[in-house]
Amino acid sequence: MPSLPPHFENWFTKRGWSLHPHQCQMLERADAPALLLIAPTGGGKTLAGFLPSLVELASGNHDGLHTLYVSPLKALAADIRRNLGVPIAELELPIRVEDRTGDTTYTRKRRQRADPPHILLTTPESLALLISYEDAPRIFAGLKRVVIDEVHALSESKRGDQLMLAVSRLQTLAPGLRRVGLSATVEDPDAIARELACHPDPCTIINADPGPDPDIAMLTTATPPPWSGGGGKYAIAEVLEQVAAHRTTLIFHNTRAQAEIFFHNLWLANADNLPIGIHHGSLDRAQRAGVEAAMVRGELRGIVCTGSLDLGIDWGDVDLVIQIGAPKNVKRLVQRIGRANHRYNAPSKALLVPANRFEVVECVAALAAAKAHDLDGDPKGAGPRDVLCQHILIRACAGPFDERALLDEVRSVGAYRAISRAQFDDCLDFCATGGYALRVYDKWQRLKQTDGLWHLRDPRTAQRIRMNIGTIQDTDTLKVRFRGRGGKVLGEVEESFAASLSVGDTFLIGGQIVRHEGLREMTVEVSRRADKTPKVATFSGTKFATSTQLSARILAMFQQDSWPELPRPTAEWLALQRDISKLPEADRILVETFPHDGRHYTCAYGFAGGNAQRTLGLIVTQRMEAAGLHPMGFVATDYATLIWGLDPVSDPAPLFVPAALHDGLENWLGGNAVMKKTFRASATIAGLIERNLPQARKSGRQATFSSDILYDTLQKYDPDHLMMRITREEALRGLVDFDRIEQMLRRTDGRIDHVALDRVTPLAAPMLLEVGRVPIAGAGRERLLEEEAARMMAAAGLDKA
Amino acid sequence: MTGYDFSFCGTELRAMASGALFLESARALVVSDLHLGKSDRIARRGGTMLPPYETRETLARLESAIFATDPQVVICLGDSFDDLDVPASLEAAARDWIMRLQAGRDWIWIEGNHDPGPVDIGGTHRAELRDGPLTFRHIAQAGARGEISGHYHPKLSIRGTQAGARACFLIDHAQIIMPAFGAYTGGLSATSPVLNTLMTRPAIAVLTGPRAIAVPLPVARLGRQ
Repeated sequence: MPSLPPHFENWFTKRGWSLHPHQCQMLERADAPALLLIAPTGGGKTLAGFLPSLVELASGNHDGLHTLYVSPLKALAADIRRNLGVPIAELELPIRVEDRTGDTTYTRKRRQRADPPHILLTTPESLALLISYEDAPRIFAGLKRVVIDEVHALSESKRGDQLMLAVSRLQTLAPGLRRVGLSATVEDPDAIARELACHPDPCTIINADPGPDPDIAMLTTATPPPWSGGGGKYAIAEVLEQVAAHRTTLIFHNTRAQAEIFFHNLWLANADNLPIGIHHGSLDRAQRAGVEAAMVRGELRGIVCTGSLDLGIDWGDVDLVIQIGAPKNVKRLVQRIGRANHRYNAPSKALLVPANRFEVVECVAALAAAKAHDLDGDPKGAGPRDVLCQHILIRACAGPFDERALLDEVRSVGAYRAISRAQFDDCLDFCATGGYALRVYDKWQRLKQTDGLWHLRDPRTAQRIRMNIGTIQDTDTLKVRFRGRGGKVLGEVEESFAASLSVGDTFLIGGQIVRHEGLREMTVEVSRRADKTPKVATFSGTKFATSTQLSARILAMFQQDSWPELPRPTAEWLALQRDISKLPEADRILVETFPHDGRHYTCAYGFAGGNAQRTLGLIVTQRMEAAGLHPMGFVATDYATLIWGLDPVSDPAPLFVPAALHDGLENWLGGNAVMKKTFRASATIAGLIERNLPQARKSGRQATFSSDILYDTLQKYDPDHLMMRITREEALRGLVDFDRIEQMLRRTDGRIDHVALDRVTPLAAPMLLEVGRVPIAGAGRERLLEEEAARMMAAAGLDKA
Repeated sequence: MTGYDFSFCGTELRAMASGALFLESARALVVSDLHLGKSDRIARRGGTMLPPYETRETLARLESAIFATDPQVVICLGDSFDDLDVPASLEAAARDWIMRLQAGRDWIWIEGNHDPGPVDIGGTHRAELRDGPLTFRHIAQAGARGEISGHYHPKLSIRGTQAGARACFLIDHAQIIMPAFGAYTGGLSATSPVLNTLMTRPAIAVLTGPRAIAVPLPVARLGRQ
């Protein structure tokens, strides 16, 4: 329908701009019920998304909300409000644009509900809250378009599922609603299109010109990478040279701790005082905002960052991306590289810095994959039911509902299109009665059915439900602040990390070394300590597993006769491994056994990714314990599991046969910490555990108890409860990642090569230096506890001998 | 060891790994903070519907503590019920179970802040109980002697053992603060200021779990012996 009105045309011409072909197509196809735009960063996605709204609203004939824009980042909403302000002001368009996020004030939010703007910019969580209000039908009645930005990123998490459930509700409230998705380059656009459209409607996909291929290379360094570790410290000098040679460089790391350490080392070597900042998710919001503003003003030459800068706005004039550590995933690498050079049709420039010798292989494999446009991604499973439970509660907050109508809405969401009546009923029953085998809550149901409609038994429950909307799981973190009155907040660390600190310990946060002074009212108090080397900051960021596709490429590389594309030290290392033992193959599991330093080692190369290799370690050591082989501990990487123990494993094959691993999984899974962690996340999303309570009291901590207790209770009394079923499914796909073990078993089909040697092999050697060793729990742990207690009693003179 | 034996104000006591306290001479079993019916109360008040199994779990634990010691008297140190409406709404099976446990022995309900009144479920109801040098009450009083109380749900973890926090007894020369016995009970760190100021040196904590494990408890205030 609408072509560009003349005054728009003139305004573009005056600025010397012309529309890109994909922006024109978005305008031409604006009537389509669902439109997905795939465009590289810098391709003018946002304008393409909003132009049809601006044109439709230019007449001034629309009252109330016309376009809802949803993005995963609050900052993006605020930035887009500013960007839209320019054409709206200069074209004198009668359009009101406002943003609404968790940061918006209460009075402003109230006013927005009474008198919505034409364009509302928001996040999935704020939208979920909006549809929970009784006046949602009035607010959204005239809605014409919903624009979902960074839809590829949202679709990778439960936030995307929650969003699409909310949009299904909007579709009922505003039947003519058109959906628009804006996505970066992805491996399977059709999958995202299916999630975006109102099932079974089709979705039109518009592909922007992907632009020239990025210019990616390995960073050449004087010192070869070390055998193990993840810091990238050896490359500091070369990284600084690159920062000096470019306008703005983003230096990506895979974890926050590594970013902190690298940043610290960078500054120790930064003789020219190049302005370099740090940005990651644990830093205080004000500090992050400061770095972002400085970037936009072009004041920073380098920013050490993590996934926290994966998404977002044009943060200034980035012309180089450096990735420290193996990228683990080709798609994310390509998207990160897209952050460099936001100018359309100019190649993005990127350098890879492997953190250790094995990662050299992975980086070279990733380079080849990126050049071949071979993006990775695992097909997504069906819509998660914990999110559906939350959606049912949100729907109940908005007023009485008919279960058939709600099921129809839910089935219009791509991810939930195949949900069965029984599965839906399970979720509804869970929300209404708890869904327990022991039916005791019939009196105290959360939802009741009256005259065929479901409603909240106690309307005051709505407040509690609204306070707990969302699917983002924050780990329990403590604020870190300088000691003294009004001490500055530096950021947050995980509670478990804080608990491991003693007074006097030093650690890195926000690029500073600080000394732990004590805990005070759930805050870690620190003082500045500039002159010491820190105790490593072990608080973790996201740890991704190397993707299946990338692992396959590495295994394929191993089969080459020689490796001219690898730096010499790495190529020689692989040749030596082939000489002494074997190189792992895709269709066999290589198991090496060797003695070292008084222990017997077993190393299994499964190339199944970190989570799966860890699960493999847990199951195999459990079987070794049963077989009397006295395993002492293990360590897992993305490609192998290294186990040590008191006795040699003379025949490892039986430990790795599929039936044995399946049995092991059954035995091990129930009481495992990973299951409890998964349970906590799902139970919180589904509304069984409330993160936020009205009138939460500071002193009320003794009243709360750990979700592990709930898990243990269900495991014992109601093991088939919906939450337990959800937990199993989630864990097998997620942290336990048994799917990848299954893939490995199918790939290798019982072919196990055992190589017994009298010393460490080249490929296994770096694993001896890996951190993150897992001790074998059990009888040993209780003994350790008792011994430590006895020692303390004796030291205090309290032992009664 | 399944219990930690110690002398307290002239009485021989055993802090059991289950979280119960046993007085050998009186054959008295003491438990605190059962919080029976907690999930019921939360659901009734419009909260979430927690797995409704904590009452049977708690009673099963209590039953094994009773089987292990065959006490003449059972003393529940308050917060036995999560509120006073719980006894009435308790499922019949749980009521019967409590009655069965009460058969053939004395049973004393000390009142707590959650259950500050009589309950219609057998046994004797008391605000507090004095027996020779010992006083049984729900909330510790500063400076009390020979006092056995509950309320705070103390817990403690030992650095470097990876075992996590465990519910524990806090014991000094004049006072014992009992761990919570109920299944759905969280804990207050034994090193928190409120507990630290109640206890005097030298004090110990006895951790519950598979075995009872005694450790020194760091407290600031030196006792007046």
